[in-house]
Amino acid sequence: MIDEKDSCLSGKDLTKVFGFGRQKTVAVDHVDFDFHEGEVISIVGQSGSGKTTLAKMLLGLIKPTEGEVYFQGKKRDISTQKKRKEYWKNIQAIFQDPYSSYNIFNKIDTVLLDCIHMRGGRKLPRAKKVELMVEACSFVNLKFEELTNKYPFELSGGQQQRLMIARIFLLKPKILLADEPTSMIDACSRATILDMLMQLRSDIGMTIIFITHDMGLAYYVSDTVYIMEGGKFVESGSADEVILHPKEAYTQRLISDVPKIYEEWDLSTV
Amino acid sequence: MSNVILEVTDLTTKYITRFREDVYAVDHVSLQVEEGKSLGIAGESGCGKSTLALSLMGYYFPPLHYTCGEIIIDGRNISGMDPDDVRKSILGTEISYIPQSAMNALNPTQKIIHFIEDVIQAHDPYQTKKEIYDLARGCFETLGLPAEVLQKYPVELSGGMKQRTVIAVSVILFPQVLIADEPSSALDVTTQKMVIKMLKNLMEEGFIKSMIFITHELPLLYNVTDDIMVMYAGQIVEKASAKEAVFDPLHPYSKGLMGSIIVPESGLRDVKLTAIAGVPPNLKDPPVGCRFAGRCKYVRAECLVTSVPLYDAGPGRAYRCILPEEILREAHKHDR
Repeated sequence: MIDEKDSCLSGKDLTKVFGFGRQKTVAVDHVDFDFHEGEVISIVGQSGSGKTTLAKMLLGLIKPTEGEVYFQGKKRDISTQKKRKEYWKNIQAIFQDPYSSYNIFNKIDTVLLDCIHMRGGRKLPRAKKVELMVEACSFVNLKFEELTNKYPFELSGGQQQRLMIARIFLLKPKILLADEPTSMIDACSRATILDMLMQLRSDIGMTIIFITHDMGLAYYVSDTVYIMEGGKFVESGSADEVILHPKEAYTQRLISDVPKIYEEWDLSTV
Repeated sequence: MSNVILEVTDLTTKYITRFREDVYAVDHVSLQVEEGKSLGIAGESGCGKSTLALSLMGYYFPPLHYTCGEIIIDGRNISGMDPDDVRKSILGTEISYIPQSAMNALNPTQKIIHFIEDVIQAHDPYQTKKEIYDLARGCFETLGLPAEVLQKYPVELSGGMKQRTVIAVSVILFPQVLIADEPSSALDVTTQKMVIKMLKNLMEEGFIKSMIFITHELPLLYNVTDDIMVMYAGQIVEKASAKEAVFDPLHPYSKGLMGSIIVPESGLRDVKLTAIAGVPPNLKDPPVGCRFAGRCKYVRAECLVTSVPLYDAGPGRAYRCILPEEILREAHKHDR
């Protein structure tokens, strides 16, 4: 399965255990998966089901206790800082809390310039760099002239999240890992952010992995949905299959817990 | 004839910034909450929902200032009262408030029971610890929370449990009105459902008489509340029953809000999410005409110059737009 050609990111027996002895917590429990290139994948689960731990392992921020991650069919090698940086050119993330995702000492120009440098644009003339930054900002409906010499914390939450997408636009990674990108944002800005991500996906053909607890969002954006419970994938398949015709009891319960508008919301089942 | 618990007329409050500018975050808001009813307030971030909640309590502290209007709770006018009097005689007993980040509202160095003792003794210093414990225990058990929670520190509780504890503490003095400001925004769906079930229970068990529920999640409002009020830039733009507000919105802004609903039901994927373009106006100097004019699809020349009053449209229904009902309905029909 792993040596398939279009496999983008896959994992085999991926496990993460925190603590030891009586305090042992198995956050992610021997999961196997295979994400294909250009797909939109959602990993859905309750709080504490191990979604974020899995995301951190995929990003290489924490080391798996067991198992391996394969990137484009080859074993991922991030043993040195140089190799890790090389890996991060291919996989990037958007986190839940935009307020704590930026280095507070860096101005917005620096944030965006770093992305250009990371793509090997260090030697470009200044005018070209500015042109790239203006392009990225206009993609996310921000005005670059208004952002220069500002710090990220001077922007609102929605604007910060959009700036994050501008970064992704400059970096053009192969995989984007979005860890609850819209849960801190109100429902109206959510549609804008999702549209931008989908636009970006069709422009540069990246794989997007959404991590969310919002079933509606998962259904709306993704091709494949994985349902996670207690560190394991309990159900996976196409979005229509999993969300409209769930087989597992756990999935059915999750779906019945979402407030509905076209049918009765049953409160008695909690 | 049901009696009105909370009646607010033309309430206006402002923030005074450090540059001495007035920002009218709540602008001539009138509302009524009847006994046994719940009112939902919807709107995007920064439209004044939370400020309205704070203003309703009559508890003003800088930079928020009271300007004009009346707040009548249970026949008592509390507008313009001294904040100290409000805290002693209104908060907790008449109006109670669940803040947005209720998870962080608990004191990390106190056990829950000590926190409750503080709350109750602030209103009645002669109650003994035994009485308070019995009261708290009874209250927690009716609400389906284990009594052991009382002896725990906040860090020992999960997010959903903390949220439910805060709700239980906020109703321990049997308030008339409970204001819940986004009580479930940071919780996952199952926990959210538990919190909502508990809120609905409160009214049935007789802890509270009416509720004001603030959120930007419309499917949630639709399921929890009887009436929905949509706010935009400090003003009410539409008032309707929950069903009408979701399925037959009149104001273009309410219609835009409906476009942002995401529910996992078949048919969702064929609908394209419609975001409302643009950002809300800066309330430091609000536009002269309709405040939504800058983002409205059906904007006309007169929208920009004349301010728009709230038009009546049937019982319990009102909207703030110069276009007549029929034209708006027709326009929305072609929208989708």
